[in-house]
Amino acid sequence: MHGLINRAIQSFVCATYGRQCWLRATQAAELGFDEFEAMLIYEADISTRVLDMLCAELNRPKSEFLEDLGTYLVSHPNMEDLRRLLRFGGVSYVEFLHSLDDLSDRVRLAVSDLKLPDLELLEHSSAEYHLYCSPGLPGYSSVMTGVLRAMADDYGALVFLSNEGRQGEAEVISITLIESAFAEGRHFDLGARKS
Amino acid sequence: MINFEDLGKLLNTLCPMFVLVDDAGWVTQVGPTLQKLRPHQQMTGQSFLDIFELVRPRSITNVASILTEPDRKLHLRFQDKPQTAFKGLVVPLPGGSGAVVNLSFGISIQDAVRDYALTSADFSGTDLAIELLYLVEANSAAMEASRSLNLRLQGAMLAAEEQAYTDTLTGLKNRRAMDHILGHLISMKSTFALMHLDLDFFKSVNDRLGHAAGDYVLKQAAKIMLAETRSDDTVARVGGDEFVLIFKGMTDRKKLAAIAERLISHLCQPMKFEGSVCKISASAGTALSTQFEIPKAVDILHAADLALYAAKRSGRSCHRFYSQLSHAQQSG
Repeated sequence: MHGLINRAIQSFVCATYGRQCWLRATQAAELGFDEFEAMLIYEADISTRVLDMLCAELNRPKSEFLEDLGTYLVSHPNMEDLRRLLRFGGVSYVEFLHSLDDLSDRVRLAVSDLKLPDLELLEHSSAEYHLYCSPGLPGYSSVMTGVLRAMADDYGALVFLSNEGRQGEAEVISITLIESAFAEGRHFDLGARKS
Repeated sequence: MINFEDLGKLLNTLCPMFVLVDDAGWVTQVGPTLQKLRPHQQMTGQSFLDIFELVRPRSITNVASILTEPDRKLHLRFQDKPQTAFKGLVVPLPGGSGAVVNLSFGISIQDAVRDYALTSADFSGTDLAIELLYLVEANSAAMEASRSLNLRLQGAMLAAEEQAYTDTLTGLKNRRAMDHILGHLISMKSTFALMHLDLDFFKSVNDRLGHAAGDYVLKQAAKIMLAETRSDDTVARVGGDEFVLIFKGMTDRKKLAAIAERLISHLCQPMKFEGSVCKISASAGTALSTQFEIPKAVDILHAADLALYAAKRSGRSCHRFYSQLSHAQQSG
């Protein structure tokens, strides 16, 4: 599993539940280290063990935990870079939804060895969408649900999301757009520079 | 044939940074994004060269001459500040009625987007500007992660070097390793002999023939010492030309004296380095752990040191044992 994914979990846990919680989980999972490197590759089994220990420690179902991780990735100030990269997907929430078809390619363009499962958006009407998450990364659809929810806030859209379970190999998220300009949303300055 | 007004509408969408110029070089229409860069300056009606400075091709004062050349590539910048740079392509209109000049930011896109607060709506739908900006940001984020990994690895490497037990030049153990081994032998209550060996005239080799020759001599000396000792003995380089040899379980003075003699006689053999002869010799002093009621590393090292200086005083190239009595007399 790519270090960036492990690092995302680490960053989320430390920011949300504190470093002590993270250290307890890495010890319980017997990693032998407590700090993931973003640019190294780890055995998939390592990530699974940490996730299991974290969910046990926090007493939460994995899907909920991963959904919160998805929300964190977009909405936390630590992750402003990532939010910006996602906002490049489009000027409206609907455009952003359509850009998800290219997400795995975009990710690969930036980090060539980070392979995320393919996503496919099906538009049933201008307010009804289904997002198909291909297999390959367990829990990816849960994380994406959190990302979709937080990005809706970011664009100021009001949406209703639900997990539709499996269809064939893919996991399906249904997205109902209730109001595309419900709130102001957060500003996105194309030319912003880090100070 | 399409009229100018319709052409302008078409270009507004296809290439929102176009300039329509008539055959005399006057601007007749501009794209919305280009006009957005100079909101207080109406570009239509001005001379093309009053707005843009031609960087390449240079020395053109008459814009009409380039307007008739098909596929002419231009490098431009604004006459006034900020002097944003553009790439341009000239496409003459049929019948010599002027030309379309399509502009793009080229490599200055990042500055332009910031300076003029552009949004993705300012670029045509097929323009790769947004993808380029995305890539720049994504790459810099990825680079930062890589850089921080590199920094940490570099730190880890330095720490590992500090913790290393090997002398990198000779491959012998270093002072740290020797301290550890000595401490271990003492704590295990093992008996052993500790020999402190110093190369004589090494400094003169270094001064006369240079550091490469000096390094060569040290490597050769290390080989000799390894050849003359057993595999569970310790040979450590503890200073520039100083070595400590620890003989585990050996306290037989005759044997130790014989080893020292062999070592010194081998080290006295002239060595050849790139045609020059390097001549060194060695002095050595030995202390036995059994000479101490309660052996301590610092005491044993000091005792071997005293024996070494006794050997040096005796005219070099020889070996002495530490003797409580004689050294007590000297220091008393």
